[in-house]
Amino acid sequence: MYKYDNYDQAIVDARVEEFRDQVKRRLAGEITEDQFKPLRLMNGLYLQLHAYMLRVAIPYGTLDSRQMRMLAHIARKYDRDYGHFTTRQNIQYNWIKLEECADLLAELATIEMHAIQTSGNCIRNISSDQYAGAAADEVADPRPWAELLRQWSTFHPEFSYLPRKFKIAVIAADEDRAAMRLHDIGIHLVNRDGKLGAAFYVGGGMGRTPMIAPLIKDYVPIEDFLSYSEACLRVYNRYGRRDNIYKARIKILVHEIGADEYRRQVEEEFAHVKTLGIDPPAAELERIAAYFSPPPFESGLSDDVDRSDPDFAVWLDQNVKPHKQAGYAIVNISLKPIGGIPGDASSAQIDVMADLAEKYSFDELRVTHAQNIVLPHVAKRDLYAVWQALNAADLANANLDLISDIIACPGLDYCSLANARSIPIAQKIATRFADAERQRDLGELKLKISGCINACGHHHAGHIGILGVDRKGVENYQLTLGGSGAEDVSIGKITGPGFDEDGIVDAVERATEKYKELREPGERFVDTYRRVGMEPFKEAIYG
Amino acid sequence: MKLLTGNDLASGAVTWWTGSGWSIHVEDAVDVGESGDAILHAEEGARRVNAPYIIEAIPTPEGPRPAHIKDRVRALGPTVRPDLTLKPADPAAGDWVI
Amino acid sequence: MVEHLHAEGEEPAVTLDAFLDQSNATAVRLEPDDDARALIPHLDRLALIEIAFPKYRDGRGYSSARILREAGYTGELRAQGDVLVDQIAFMKRCGFDSFSPEAPLNQADVEAALSRYDHVYQGAADAAVPVWKLRHG
Repeated sequence: MYKYDNYDQAIVDARVEEFRDQVKRRLAGEITEDQFKPLRLMNGLYLQLHAYMLRVAIPYGTLDSRQMRMLAHIARKYDRDYGHFTTRQNIQYNWIKLEECADLLAELATIEMHAIQTSGNCIRNISSDQYAGAAADEVADPRPWAELLRQWSTFHPEFSYLPRKFKIAVIAADEDRAAMRLHDIGIHLVNRDGKLGAAFYVGGGMGRTPMIAPLIKDYVPIEDFLSYSEACLRVYNRYGRRDNIYKARIKILVHEIGADEYRRQVEEEFAHVKTLGIDPPAAELERIAAYFSPPPFESGLSDDVDRSDPDFAVWLDQNVKPHKQAGYAIVNISLKPIGGIPGDASSAQIDVMADLAEKYSFDELRVTHAQNIVLPHVAKRDLYAVWQALNAADLANANLDLISDIIACPGLDYCSLANARSIPIAQKIATRFADAERQRDLGELKLKISGCINACGHHHAGHIGILGVDRKGVENYQLTLGGSGAEDVSIGKITGPGFDEDGIVDAVERATEKYKELREPGERFVDTYRRVGMEPFKEAIYG
Repeated sequence: MKLLTGNDLASGAVTWWTGSGWSIHVEDAVDVGESGDAILHAEEGARRVNAPYIIEAIPTPEGPRPAHIKDRVRALGPTVRPDLTLKPADPAAGDWVI
Repeated sequence: MVEHLHAEGEEPAVTLDAFLDQSNATAVRLEPDDDARALIPHLDRLALIEIAFPKYRDGRGYSSARILREAGYTGELRAQGDVLVDQIAFMKRCGFDSFSPEAPLNQADVEAALSRYDHVYQGAADAAVPVWKLRHG
């Protein structure tokens, strides 16, 4: 993975001192909260329901054991001994003190981490495929490109006061494991005549008005990659709406002027930007890409795994995915224990995962947008030992992509934007469906819960989605069906009137029962829904 | 009744106006009546509170109960982590919120 | 870097519409929604372009500034309005060389802000050499 050179380190160190100074000025009253707010947001520091919440960046979801151990240390020293992994591959701490934040950031900087631009109206963390460098289906590892974008977007002087936040995802496989089409810019690396380039999708997003990003350019060669990105952003910065924060994302601009007109404006701007010489030479991508060369895999390792332990076998079948290298596998660590808080990990659990990565995965981990963790390069002969360690740490729930593998935003228990609590709903649903065989019988069922219309739980992209609303001061939950964030991207459709916190669990159950009744061989929940439509489900849910 | 609430600037802790200062316990909060705005501006200007605002609450024998669930969550802590709330030993605390 | 507090003895900056109608103004003021490119045919007539920042959150002026520098404008490029010290460094990188903030800026804070970062990641309108160029010569 990428390692800072002295330039990268100097930039992060300077940022820490800048923020320290800004905090000092705020505490001394030299700047008001209104002036300070965008500054602290650009360092990922929110004022949330209980305290300041800090969102630490995990660039494209990749980190090593040293960094993971620091995240555990931060949790112990500055927070309440746990962290929350997010739907953008970052980590959040909920109880940070403003007066300690600069020290915290200084500690992060010692292991090449930061909280730069994890909030604010600027370009956010570049997300990517959690199986990058391990999956057989990618045309290349997308992460060098993500790193190129990270550097280009960091403290970009023109794009730090955008109309709204800006989220970019980069993938390199046809299977979309990063919800690429639901980003402001989604980039899909493709080959053309043996040369790597990027397809640009612009104008996707969830939130209040979910939209799927249309294809804006099917092939941008690597040498134009940053100029083209710059052109896309400049058109947005100039023409994105500034009159209404609920209509300020680029998806609204693309929708209102149309993809063709947006493309035309970008092409015009690109023709100009290309002359400015802002694209690094090929040598820079090569320099970065060298950090992402495959680890020193052993060759000739066996693909056989001893399945005699039945609990291990279940986990093996559900959570372990094929690796491009013979004798290796991709391990998915579930942060969704039944009845637990989706995406949360205690400092002790974070340390366990760090140790496992160091020992068994060439010192690398990934955070997924489904709020789980991946050990990307585990030798099959080590899988049993890994599973035993995970099991002892309550990290071995064999529920990847099953109904209890819920994506849930923090909701009203933590977030000042929320209208309803989302975590208790996740807990109730997971508990209702706790039976492992029942879950496996239901099969792939991506259930996502948002506690408000901002959709941080990605409910629009759920096979089953739940949206918490405030109905006359009482929490109420709407059900959507048929969304997907994968390459079969679709926006979920609301079933009808909402439910209270117990009713929604029953409604979900009735939907799954109807699926079982109607399904044809090989059909997932979402496939059956797409085949038969909303009506049979609506009847089952509302009776 | 009306309560004045906000966050402590340096620590971020949720705080409640007691009539003479700020407490992290909503039980200590007083009814600011019609003078809430004046107190709010004075306290915010002096940086004794950050992001203050006024909420409705109902007086109860146990103390003021904020009218909106969001402020009750702020008053107590996350319902899903009783151990991290202001009343970790009280099994009924979550019911008070909900 | 020049910091202006008043436009004393200076020709007033006219609006974009007025400028495009007029033949002899040498100073023009761009609002956030004005198209900076409308000035490109007239840059050699201009000594001052003032770009308005009615609210610091509205970042359109950064693009306007860069566009003008990219087009070859060499005159004074001024950021006027809700200009806070924490935006000065970005503004300078986008080509601004003078500032007319509504609330006076503390000079020490401005100097600290401008000397904070030795390195930048990306090319912009200033002379700062992006890190990738330092890496590869």
